[in-house]
Amino acid sequence: MTRLRTAALVGNPNAGKSALFNALTGARQKIANYPGVTVERKAGRMFLPSGEPVELIDLPGSYSLDSASPDEEVTRQVVQGEFPGEAVPDVLVVVIDAANLEQHLVFAQELIALGRPTVVALNMVDLAERDGLAIDADALSAALGVPVVSTVAVRKRGLDALTEAMGTAEGQDMSKRHEVAGQTLTERRLAARNMAKGAVLSESSRHRLHAHLDKVLLHPWLGPPILFALLFVIFQAVFAWATPFADALDGAITALIGVVEGVMSDSVVRDFITEGVLTGVGSVVVFLPQIIILFAFILVMEQSGYMARAAFIMDRLMAYVGLSGRSFIPLLSSFACAIPGIMATRAIADPKDRLTTILIAPLMTCSARLPVYAVIIAAFIPATTVGPGIGLQGLVLFALYVAGIIGAMAAALVLRRTVAKGGASGFIMELPRYQFPPVRDLAIGLWQRAWVFLRRAGTIIFMATIALWVLLSFPKAEPGESQIDASIAGQVADGLHVVLAPIGFNREISLAIVPAMAAREVAVSALATTYAVEGADEEEEAQGLIPRLQTGWSLPTALAFLAWFVFAPQCISTIAVAKRETNGWKWPAFMLAYLFGAAYVFAGLTYWSAVALGL
Amino acid sequence: MENGLTLDTLKPLARAEITHVDWSVLAPDEAKRLRALGIDEGARIAIAHRGIFIGKDPIALIVGRMTVAVRRNHARAMSVKLV
Repeated sequence: MTRLRTAALVGNPNAGKSALFNALTGARQKIANYPGVTVERKAGRMFLPSGEPVELIDLPGSYSLDSASPDEEVTRQVVQGEFPGEAVPDVLVVVIDAANLEQHLVFAQELIALGRPTVVALNMVDLAERDGLAIDADALSAALGVPVVSTVAVRKRGLDALTEAMGTAEGQDMSKRHEVAGQTLTERRLAARNMAKGAVLSESSRHRLHAHLDKVLLHPWLGPPILFALLFVIFQAVFAWATPFADALDGAITALIGVVEGVMSDSVVRDFITEGVLTGVGSVVVFLPQIIILFAFILVMEQSGYMARAAFIMDRLMAYVGLSGRSFIPLLSSFACAIPGIMATRAIADPKDRLTTILIAPLMTCSARLPVYAVIIAAFIPATTVGPGIGLQGLVLFALYVAGIIGAMAAALVLRRTVAKGGASGFIMELPRYQFPPVRDLAIGLWQRAWVFLRRAGTIIFMATIALWVLLSFPKAEPGESQIDASIAGQVADGLHVVLAPIGFNREISLAIVPAMAAREVAVSALATTYAVEGADEEEEAQGLIPRLQTGWSLPTALAFLAWFVFAPQCISTIAVAKRETNGWKWPAFMLAYLFGAAYVFAGLTYWSAVALGL
Repeated sequence: MENGLTLDTLKPLARAEITHVDWSVLAPDEAKRLRALGIDEGARIAIAHRGIFIGKDPIALIVGRMTVAVRRNHARAMSVKLV
């Protein structure tokens, strides 16, 4: 049997590669990491007109084979066949932006000169037309010596012609190619300019949409308030819009527990299913709607082109703490999850900048904290409004996010003057054209994020919950003794409680934060399981987690618990990815120490102040 | 050629050509990135937007059909002439 043939999408950033990748492969995608590095390897299955399957990989966007970042280095090694364990792609699909030929043809020439079977996808021709540009693909094909196919990835235009050209690419005549490609960057740039001139049939001086939008969105006085208003809306939406969906999920899980209790007789197995699996995993799954809403906003910002403007606006503020606007994107991604955030730091060229961004990324409020915050806020903060459209609960959530940001900025300021000392960092970044985020790309992106979350709920959180349930349930309590006191977990928590009692943590919290080292949201399932096991009778057990917290915790304790989670680095995956990114245990160990130290101090300060104020 | 005019002092939307770049003040990877984006000697550029707060940093440049953000210290390394 012949091996599966491979093709690679390669081109400048913002050429619409990902949209083309989604259009060609649909949902048949596999996302993994290149071995040894944390650059994402996106691969998917597509079919040639002959019906032959091809593995398509989406390489990181690059400006040149002379790489200036770890991302670009992966692209260079793969296309030159130097990446260990990765076969050189049989066909290169060079993706260029039809409205930016002068720039994108520079790298295209470099790729064509490699002498591999190559097809050029002249992408986003619709946006070029919108900008008043008409382009002759045949003239471009003649100039480059390779087939050029016009495509509009988001509308699936030109895909048949593209796959057909890919199918016949291996029989290409290589002889014409050497004449067209410039040898040096300057020569290639000159050649690109001439080719672009020759291929553009007409160009009207129609005002471009993005110039108008930028006038408002990058306005010195309007731009920042717009960005902050948008961020505020996101955090309000995460709470308000998700509630009906979360309630529905919660109801479904409660109903399921009822069904299991009705069908099975009272036994350890039934307790295991209801108290352990359903209560534990269920308490985390209900946060799926909030996580989807947050990711939807982040994806729309990225795909519309606004994210780069946000980086532009934030650059000056970031410069005050020794970072650049480049760090804003990894940090904003860290609001969803620190892992892709830390991985996104690969685009930061300066090593000290990058290290600082990695060390502060866990301070951004990731989606795993949402379940923890949401449950405590729902239990202790009244659902009143403090102004038109502004709920108190949303405001508290916003304050927690702000606390994380201020903590991160303070940490960056200190780190850049101590352990990550270095020269001022730079900021060079293309601001892509605005475009309407394609619904399909958005849906695929959301599906991938939701799936990762559910897989975590089904694996790490499932295992941690079960382990905790076992430790809580055995050995069985003597009559008259509480189950928690008797259990192994109770003994461990008693030890930890000695350290945590001064900052207002009760024994249930001491118990919950141990398994929450696996992932923060486990704290919620751990509390749910703890109270479910502890429940003296059926009636108490049937109560949800929130009423239990309201009766069992004081307000200062709840606030201290929130403050703890602003800082505490409770996520094994983050620590692992930080180790891989910094090549050793030194920095992850440092990260653990400084973040746990900060968590303890700030939880303590919160508790003592709240008690002093008589809350 | 040296008339003392550097890119950072250019007025918004004034068209100019880069006549000389002092590459020595730029970090090697930054120089590489700027050149890859077409910000090089001979390039026609204009300033589209300036950042907020003190120093009006960073600067959004129009290069060909692209908008590229750079810091003011990069722009200061580039001598320009109006065209």
